Amino acid sequence: MNPEPGAFRDPRLARKLVAEIDELAEGRQATFMEVCGTHTVAIARSGLKSMLPASVRLVSGPGCPVCVTPQGEIERSISAARLPGVILATFGDMIRVPGSAGSLEAARSEGRDVRVLFSPRDALNLAEENPGRQVVFVGVGFETTIPGFCAALREARERGIGNLSVLNSFRLVPPALRVVLEHGPGVDGFILPGHVSAILGTAPYGFLAEAGRSAVVAGFEPVDVLLAIRMLLRQEAEDRRTVEVAYRRAVRPEGNPAARRLIEETLETADAGWRGLGVLPASGLRFRKGFADFDAGRRFDLETPEAPEPAGCRCAEVLLGKLGPRDCGLFGGRCTPEDPVGPCMVSSEGSCAAEYRYGQTED
Amino acid sequence: MHKPARIRMAHGAGARLTGELVAEVFAASFGGPVLSRLEDSAEVYLPGSRLAFTTDCHVVRPLFFPGGDIGRLAVCGTVNDLAVKGARPRFLSLGFILAEGLELEMLERVARSVGAAAREAGAEVVAGDTKVVEAAAADGIFITSSGVGEIPAGRNLSIASAREGDLLVLSGNIAEHGVAVLDARESLGLGRDFASDCAPLNALVECACSAAPGLRALRDPTRGGLASVCLEIAAASGRRLVVDETALPIRPPVRAACEILGLDPLYVANEGLFVAVVPPDQAEALLKALRADPRGSDAAVIGRVERGNGDAEVETEAGGRRRLAWVEGEPLPRIC
Repeated sequence: MNPEPGAFRDPRLARKLVAEIDELAEGRQATFMEVCGTHTVAIARSGLKSMLPASVRLVSGPGCPVCVTPQGEIERSISAARLPGVILATFGDMIRVPGSAGSLEAARSEGRDVRVLFSPRDALNLAEENPGRQVVFVGVGFETTIPGFCAALREARERGIGNLSVLNSFRLVPPALRVVLEHGPGVDGFILPGHVSAILGTAPYGFLAEAGRSAVVAGFEPVDVLLAIRMLLRQEAEDRRTVEVAYRRAVRPEGNPAARRLIEETLETADAGWRGLGVLPASGLRFRKGFADFDAGRRFDLETPEAPEPAGCRCAEVLLGKLGPRDCGLFGGRCTPEDPVGPCMVSSEGSCAAEYRYGQTED
Repeated sequence: MHKPARIRMAHGAGARLTGELVAEVFAASFGGPVLSRLEDSAEVYLPGSRLAFTTDCHVVRPLFFPGGDIGRLAVCGTVNDLAVKGARPRFLSLGFILAEGLELEMLERVARSVGAAAREAGAEVVAGDTKVVEAAAADGIFITSSGVGEIPAGRNLSIASAREGDLLVLSGNIAEHGVAVLDARESLGLGRDFASDCAPLNALVECACSAAPGLRALRDPTRGGLASVCLEIAAASGRRLVVDETALPIRPPVRAACEILGLDPLYVANEGLFVAVVPPDQAEALLKALRADPRGSDAAVIGRVERGNGDAEVETEAGGRRRLAWVEGEPLPRIC
């Protein structure tokens, strides 16, 4: 939490930054990608696009953890919920993602035990309170969330809690950005995720600058995002490309080495599938030998089926920033937050849900 | 005979146990002269001929939460639906569906809370019914509540009558109920700063009607939050509603909780709040009158009605504009 969110929403400060952005953007076209779903929501909710000049275009990237989880892993979590004796624990935004035979929410209404938790640590207590049952936590998240899982599993081992396991859908952000660089739309610069970067620091993004892109780590208030956009434009104006931080109250350039160590000691990198992006080398994680017991995929012999993405759903291209949400034929018709087809509409951090809820008035 | 501590199927069977339940729990907690006659229907007298009549169903988990419980919710929900039509709530009827095995003590607490809320609203519970279903078929207690109120002559409130230039006045802080219930249901441990705003609004409505005789409409934003009510007013009037985000009254802990959980307070439920659509020349008088009442001390002008096409917009804190959209379903807390 910001000590004073008010200051980072100050309309005078925002206007001043917009004026500077107007000046820097004059006579050029710039496309910037906000990588993180929380940024997508912040931008939409504060109406930032209505304040920016038409020459600055913002596109959303692959930074919504629910959205990038491939369909097969969604199916796997729903089958885990249907195993006898299992309590399936999950973060809230996973429960409405549709699988081929219903969602976790549907499984819950059939009487399966699906619990919404807010922290992996809550799962420890849940497991301890239900010694005769198996608690399976759907492990969805990026570098921000993963250390919390690692800490919880280490604590589970210390406390001798044996009935807890994790369905591993962990993903790493930098490998996805490499794909955006290669296959995405022409992105001039990146608004980098604030909280992921609080763990990673700036070094893992160095390849963006080497590829000639500007990159700025941003906070989540409107003034934070405007400041990042101004810094991106200034890098271009001064013809330098580097990774800068516009969110110094939370992000140190070196990141959080202790949290990274926690990840490294518990998990090791592995190839992983992403919705729409395919299998990306070293973009996911698997349990290290000492922690393999916590792998729900092994404990329950759960398969990850090859599952097709829903017909007509263009989440894959939306995640790459190739398409805007409104360019998908299902948007707002077949696919709405109440009855979503694809995950970009389900997650509150998905770009389709953000556009549906907060899109500007068309007139 | 020993009094059972839990609800049994027989409590709903219409025989001795049902009679005991009605007399010892319901009539004892909220029965007035009419209910206590225990006839098949209530005979009541209303002098006016303009009546408002409404009905509501109530399900909430948990049954008890900071600031209220399902009994208070049932009374306030119906009272407030009458009140925002300008009606003075007079008579209420309550239907209880109870799950077998429910602790009788819990039902007694709910019944007492019904009585207290009805007295607070100045309404009388005159009729009721009870059924018991198997434990798996219901979640503790479900309540349906109906109510009749009198609309004073000359009072014509309708959301269709909002006009360009009208101002929107909100009677208090938003998002209190939804956050308190979410905290209680999911055991978030947010702390003691949270309580539902669940309360009867009829006294405050009377205060609004006398302070602003030209009042056009009132609406209470419950589930779906303030956003849905703004969209309803916009759709009914064919105008555009513009909400000024900087003017929204919200307590700092509620705002902080919404930010942590990724919830938009505009979509979070309230149970003791109304939005008034008022001609601009009467807004000041309305605001002054509301703020003079402890139940309306946080009232604020939060927006205005413009020419439009049944849509609604928010002017954001940062100075941008965005559309308000209908969003159904309970808001989901986010991952990180």
